[in-house]
Amino acid sequence: MSYATSLYLTGAEVGLSLTGLVLLLVAAWGGTKSARLVTILSVAALIGAAIFSVGLFDRAGSEVAGRAFGDLYRADAFGSFAKILIYLATSAVLVVTPRFYTHSGSYRAEYPVLMVFNAVGMGMMVSATDLMTLYIGLEMSSLSSYVLASFLKQDDRSSEAGLKYFVLGALASGIILYGISLVYGFTGSTNYEGIRAAFATSFPTGALFGVVFVLAGLAFKVSAVPFHMWTPDVYEGAPTPVTAFFASAPKVAAMGMLLRMAMDPFAGEVDAWRQIVIFAALASIVVGALGAIGQQNLKRLLAYSSINNVGFILIGLAAATPAGIAGALTYLAIYVAMVVGSFTALLMLRDPAGNNLETFADISGLSTRRPALAWSLLALMFSLAGIPPLFGFWGKFVVFQAAVQADLVALAAIGIAASVIGAFYYLKFIKVMFFDEPLREVEASSPVSHWAVLAICVAVISPLGYLLTIPLGDWTAQAAASFVAAM
Amino acid sequence: MEFPILSLMLAVPLVGAIACLFLGAQSARMTALVATLANLALGIVLWLNYDIGGAQWQFVERAEIFAGFSYALGIDGIALMLIMLSVFLMPICILASWDAIEKRVGEYMSAFLLMEVLMIGVFAAQDMFLFYIFFEAGLIPMYLIIGVWGGDNRIYASYKFFLYTLLGSVLMLIAMMWMVNEAGTTDIPTLLNYDFDPQAQTWLWLAFFASFAVKMPMWPVHTWLPDAHVQAPTAGSVILAGVLLKLGGYGFIRFSLPMFPEASEQFTWFVFILSMVAVVYTSLVALVQHDMKKLIAYSSVAHMAIVTAGLFAFNAQGIEGAMMVMLGHGLVSGALFLCVGVIYDRLHTREIARYGGLSINMPKYALFFMLFTMASVGLPGTSNFVGEFLALAGLYKVSTLVTLVCTTGIILGAAYMLYLYRRVAFGEQTNADAAAMPDLNAREWAMLAPIAAAVLWMGVYPESFLAPMRQDIAALEARIARAAPDFDADNVIGTPREHNANYVAPAHGEEHGEEGAH
Repeated sequence: MSYATSLYLTGAEVGLSLTGLVLLLVAAWGGTKSARLVTILSVAALIGAAIFSVGLFDRAGSEVAGRAFGDLYRADAFGSFAKILIYLATSAVLVVTPRFYTHSGSYRAEYPVLMVFNAVGMGMMVSATDLMTLYIGLEMSSLSSYVLASFLKQDDRSSEAGLKYFVLGALASGIILYGISLVYGFTGSTNYEGIRAAFATSFPTGALFGVVFVLAGLAFKVSAVPFHMWTPDVYEGAPTPVTAFFASAPKVAAMGMLLRMAMDPFAGEVDAWRQIVIFAALASIVVGALGAIGQQNLKRLLAYSSINNVGFILIGLAAATPAGIAGALTYLAIYVAMVVGSFTALLMLRDPAGNNLETFADISGLSTRRPALAWSLLALMFSLAGIPPLFGFWGKFVVFQAAVQADLVALAAIGIAASVIGAFYYLKFIKVMFFDEPLREVEASSPVSHWAVLAICVAVISPLGYLLTIPLGDWTAQAAASFVAAM
Repeated sequence: MEFPILSLMLAVPLVGAIACLFLGAQSARMTALVATLANLALGIVLWLNYDIGGAQWQFVERAEIFAGFSYALGIDGIALMLIMLSVFLMPICILASWDAIEKRVGEYMSAFLLMEVLMIGVFAAQDMFLFYIFFEAGLIPMYLIIGVWGGDNRIYASYKFFLYTLLGSVLMLIAMMWMVNEAGTTDIPTLLNYDFDPQAQTWLWLAFFASFAVKMPMWPVHTWLPDAHVQAPTAGSVILAGVLLKLGGYGFIRFSLPMFPEASEQFTWFVFILSMVAVVYTSLVALVQHDMKKLIAYSSVAHMAIVTAGLFAFNAQGIEGAMMVMLGHGLVSGALFLCVGVIYDRLHTREIARYGGLSINMPKYALFFMLFTMASVGLPGTSNFVGEFLALAGLYKVSTLVTLVCTTGIILGAAYMLYLYRRVAFGEQTNADAAAMPDLNAREWAMLAPIAAAVLWMGVYPESFLAPMRQDIAALEARIARAAPDFDADNVIGTPREHNANYVAPAHGEEHGEEGAH
């Protein structure tokens, strides 16, 4: 395998890294004035990376099966699918970001650069097939996330969110690293294939500890219960565009990393980790639903909603079948559309003075003030609640179907019954917008860029989304086959 | 492929619904009326072209445009009748909301048209998951109709309606997934003839029951219904009582009975007991209501209990009766809600005591109200008589006791309905404002007269409605015959005695012993 092939396979990351470095120079020389230019170029680079990943989608047939740098990294259908989601989500969030900071005047050219580097890290996370690559990707993404969370330096809540995220994130990274060291100690390899081969011959208790530590750390990154405590605080405190970002792209990356980890190196030990995943799934669904009920702050509510959604994705993982992984990926794709759409709508809610609105009282009676926005949010909320005919239902459908096919009927039944609790607070969202009287003045219009992002997201989650089920099913099945086939 | 009339029936209101969102009040009303009337016309075409005695599934359409399930439509006689009921009631609902709804008319009409799409979709779906999507999606427009345009306590009612029915149906989804996984198809006609393991049937039946019992609604999960009815606007109540409650009965006919015959037999008494309690208990509750809508809501629960009892009689008569009660009740309770709506629009109260003596100042209204009251009681010559009689006759073949208890429901029904009518239409005109109310206007005439005609038609010549369903019900009966329960008072024809009863045996011995065995 030539070095050029490796570079080609990692082209998206390489390209984004170079773009990031160049843009950093532009930002350093151009100062705040260049922020707009840097943002536009970053979005272009991210979309370019997504298109490049589409081209790499099917590498299973090629002679190296997408392996780069001596199997440290694999550009397979799974990685490409996740990367397309990550890059598209990041660029969509970046499109709606700058306007948020105009009021405080704190938008800077470093911001999009940080997002680009974050995207590089996330790309590595989902493509890594070696614990070392994985860790580097993870830290690259996390470190830029910490900075982004505290980007509003004057705002105490933002600083607090950044600090909290950093301390707890560092702890989780430490746990993962400790797990990695145990796994390495017992298998003598950091490569996924090597680990799986070693586990196939013996699986000592110490290695089990390693697996559990790694999975616990990853559960922190995806904010699954019981490692979810940071999520509401960070989501609430961080600037809204950053929250939108945290809830979408890094969630895909962390989930992709977890799926690959569970189904590739640890694929032989399904029985060892399945009960952990089942517990985390059900606990996330229930805690995510119950925790959201009393919330007044919409960002906090959506934080709990993301915990809740992670629970459903984990049900797909608990099935531990190709259908389950494909289901989890389908869910992730729909989830990204829902969450980006919801946060974009939230970003469009401002009072006439330009302050961002983010509590229930602020959206009261929104349907009479901004009907189009309210109807979009209605569709998004029903979709998040998983009510057909909106497309969010399909995500739940595929993961539950995978669970039923894997004979986990009880898990599916409990999970779906608990989803009814979640429906309660989504309904509250709609109730406040549609049934209550208006309390606040809201800005009358929003920029076209926001509408465009919102319209795309709403179109995806609308019943039209069902027309995507066949291609989505094919892509996710192909993605799942890229490592599940080896089982 | 023949003309896709079912898809067209889905498309017409859907287009109307989207258009209404962008229209002003008056044009939205007109659009909605035109769309529903067009659908009624299509429905009549559908009925006229339905080949009675022909293929079981007609107007079949199929398109593989989704992964995991298909867009498959097709109807049998049972579905045809329920679709007719839906398209018949919809224009009337639009008329009922003509003046009563003043705010956000476009969105309201849009919600109603969407509701029509989903109802037709439920009855026409031939794919299990397509059915589920339509079935569940109905919650969204109904939630908005109750929540935005409802009464004072609308928020509580809308939440209760939504969460109750959602919790009921999600378990059904898991059961459907299991069935599809087991049988390897989502096609309802195929699944109708698939024999599931009786052990599994028990669980599947319970999961489906959770959904349909709530929709039906059966005692004790009926409590959402009075709240939803009372708070919903008039047209919302009409649709709720007229069509949405029929989804539960349709579900039993389409899924529970033919797909799980053994389990259905196993739970026959469970259903009977719930039905008996419902008939007696909710009738008694209806007797003491002060709110007209609540009274009619409770009477709906009682009528629906006769439907469930008739269905689980496992014979053609019982099932035909259940279908006729559903159709009749759809018309009659819808009409009764409209009658309440007529006077509510004038006086803005549903309190029975605030009215009285309306037959003096509103004679035409009193006449219509009388007809629908009698129909609700089940007077011969009206739609409900046919259904109730058939259902109870079918039920009698299984259990005399259940029939006895359910029949008391008819008597109690007469009691609460006549008592209601007496308090509203007869007696002194104690309230001056009620006495000053004008009689029906042309729009209200146009609402009530078609229903009155249909009620009488169904009562006098039910054959028009029974004929399309007969073959399908016979097929259903044949399907469930293997699990049919025995008759509790099974009168087996014995062998005649040799002697009179007062015959005294002349001698002792064996002959005496034989005699004692009788």
